[in-house]
Amino acid sequence: MFKIAKCNLPELLKAIAAQQELYLPVNISGQTNFAVWTEGTEADLDTLKTVKSPKDMFFPQSETLYTVRKENKKLSIEPEALKEQKFVAFGMKACDIQGIKVLDKVFLAEPVDTFYRARREHGTIVALACHAPEETCFCKVFGVDCAEPDADVVMWDLGEAYAWKPVTEKGQALTDSVSAVLESAGAAEEEAVASEQAQIRAIVEKLPYTNLSLKGWDGNATATKFDSPVWEKLYKPCLACGTCTFVCPTCQCYDIKDYDTGHGVQRYRCWDSCMYSDFTMMAHGNNRTSQMQRFRQRFMHKLVYFPANNDGMYSCVGCGRCVEKCPASLNIVKVIKAFEKEAVDQ
Amino acid sequence: MSITANEEFRPKIVAFCCNWCSYAGADLAGSSRLTYPADVKIIRVPCSCRVNPMFILRAFEKGADGVILCGCHPGDCHYSTGNYYARRRMALLFSMLDYIGVEHGRTRVEWVSAAEGVKFSQTMNEFVAKITSLGKNVRLEDLRCRK
Amino acid sequence: MQEIINRAKELLADGTVVRVLGWRIGDLPYNPEPSYFETAEDLEANFVYNGFCGANLSKYMIEGSKLEGKTLVFLKPCDTYSFNQLIKENRVDRDKAYIIGIGCKGKLDIEKIKAKGIKGILNIRGAEIDGNADTLTIETLYGEKTIPYKDAMLERCHVCKGKDHMIYDELLGESIDTKDADRFAEVERIEAMSPEEKFAFFQSELSKCIRCNACRNVCPACSCRKCVFDSTKFDSAQKANVDSFEEKMFHIIRAFHVAGRCTDCGECSRVCPQGIPLHLFNRKFIKDINEFYGEYQAGADADSKGPLTSFTFGDVEPGVTGGRR
Repeated sequence: MFKIAKCNLPELLKAIAAQQELYLPVNISGQTNFAVWTEGTEADLDTLKTVKSPKDMFFPQSETLYTVRKENKKLSIEPEALKEQKFVAFGMKACDIQGIKVLDKVFLAEPVDTFYRARREHGTIVALACHAPEETCFCKVFGVDCAEPDADVVMWDLGEAYAWKPVTEKGQALTDSVSAVLESAGAAEEEAVASEQAQIRAIVEKLPYTNLSLKGWDGNATATKFDSPVWEKLYKPCLACGTCTFVCPTCQCYDIKDYDTGHGVQRYRCWDSCMYSDFTMMAHGNNRTSQMQRFRQRFMHKLVYFPANNDGMYSCVGCGRCVEKCPASLNIVKVIKAFEKEAVDQ
Repeated sequence: MSITANEEFRPKIVAFCCNWCSYAGADLAGSSRLTYPADVKIIRVPCSCRVNPMFILRAFEKGADGVILCGCHPGDCHYSTGNYYARRRMALLFSMLDYIGVEHGRTRVEWVSAAEGVKFSQTMNEFVAKITSLGKNVRLEDLRCRK
Repeated sequence: MQEIINRAKELLADGTVVRVLGWRIGDLPYNPEPSYFETAEDLEANFVYNGFCGANLSKYMIEGSKLEGKTLVFLKPCDTYSFNQLIKENRVDRDKAYIIGIGCKGKLDIEKIKAKGIKGILNIRGAEIDGNADTLTIETLYGEKTIPYKDAMLERCHVCKGKDHMIYDELLGESIDTKDADRFAEVERIEAMSPEEKFAFFQSELSKCIRCNACRNVCPACSCRKCVFDSTKFDSAQKANVDSFEEKMFHIIRAFHVAGRCTDCGECSRVCPQGIPLHLFNRKFIKDINEFYGEYQAGADADSKGPLTSFTFGDVEPGVTGGRR
């Protein structure tokens, strides 16, 4: 194990950025999101959750797939190059990493998404254990331990310094490359990490959503949940915006579109939201025609369809971003609780 | 040191002209052998009021360096009042563009009647000179449209 | 609050209304959701009205007007402007609504509380509508914190339009005029910048946009059945944020489409997940309209013509307006 004094953090970031691309949480115009490090960038590691989840680094909101050019009556097609440079995703949290594992199930299964795979292969994840979990967090419900993120390198906040522990080969390689700025750590730090973990886990136990029950939600729940009258009551405040899907670390739906550049076409894909009226629009029209159906789709997908297709793995990680950001204060927790109440009432 | 013709900045100008007055004014300018730069591309619209703010933004997106809207003089609209509405809309839109940092000179409204070939030609010459001095539009351009 | 619940129960019981549109208590101290109530028991158990009930229910009355029977809707003073505007545009049915104008003491912004470093919130005292607390006492996982009520208020409440309801069937509760700032101060600050500074400011704010459409969907003035940005026949990519242009296009057009109709209710800025000050676009249009065509407050009445659907012969020319400082 190693450590880095908080005051030396800029040195560490500089050392990483000197060798590869570095993404980290940065506060821009009052909001913290992941951004590329450039000279003078200050990391914001105190904000627990970035507004947008870090899935952007592996599955960007918009990415070009290929470009068609028209010149002298000839068409040329230029595929977009796959990610070839290594990069570091710095400061991810345990829930966000679980989110990436959900995306892996989708994009790394056959047929493999080559754009995503290239990013996954070239990315090294440096995680930070959640020093101060918040009331909107419920990662424990989905089996995530925010005191021990599953990453290439894990960091813990020890007050004056961060502990730095390489876990995987990739993590070791990164550690070796910046060893000049890291200090080696010993038993005292090991102990400090253990107490930090105990402190985190004690807070997690006190979080209001920690004991949320997922009883009744699994891959076989379609029959009991799909036609429930609860949805009809629940969806009403939904404004049909895409906030929940765009801040979510696991929402993976996208749309593919063409942009007319005037001298050709750029084909790109961008995140789509099942809350939108034109989601999965096909020649015959749309298969979900009411907002209730769209609303139901999102939660059924996360809690029923996804586990049905992925060995019981839920595609919610309990990060709580939708809890924080929904303009109408709807969220997955309210949905789960409403069904629980329904079951009790019956 | 010499600047070749290819390197010289030639602005792209979109001129929305109403069918009844300004387009005819442009026609008159042509038949009177008055000149104006070929950088001006005219788009004929049924009335100045037809011009949606999105048309203006779209023109900038696709690479225009300046956009001008020409219609009948107030009071002379073929549809009686269309240009009055256009006038209010453009007043607000141009003010908004100025507010987000697009130089005010890049947008213009001019009332040109069918008899004003001279005014049409003069206006376009002036506008092209203005845009040439302002240089390329980089603030509203969509980078994907660059060659 | 009990007064409000009691009145709603009476109106349900005597058949004046068949449902109540209000706020349902959330599962955290600050997240009540807009909701319908159809029984006295439900109202008694789950109705809430406190400082966190910022949502403008006028928007929900567009759908509410299509339901069978009359709906009781609770509107704060500023919400009534939106309702009037919707009547003017024939988007709500006045006869289907029973409006109780309720008191408002300024609504709270949970983002502002969190921005002060108050995290792990378990309980909040002082946000109740009854009582006159000028401080919020917040119990958190990390100890008890306090914050002055004013410091936690939504931006829109600092430029409050006043205590008067523009439309109502009856009034209930006291309001406080919380105005302590000039509505156009920020717009004027930007107007005074150089083009480079203006551009840099908006570029920085709009680059955060995630195209979630929350600002559009929450807006009571954005009531089109099919938005131009949702049209599959429209050639712009509404969901992409591939290039900064898309955001500028979206935000200028969004604001333009509500120009002259926007009541400045502030919902767009309240809901933006990225905290973009969207009201700065709307207020620029409002300020210009006031300056060019005379003072106008959308929603102050239900029948006057809007500034973009009327004109005068002597209107100011576009060439004159934009370049002024």
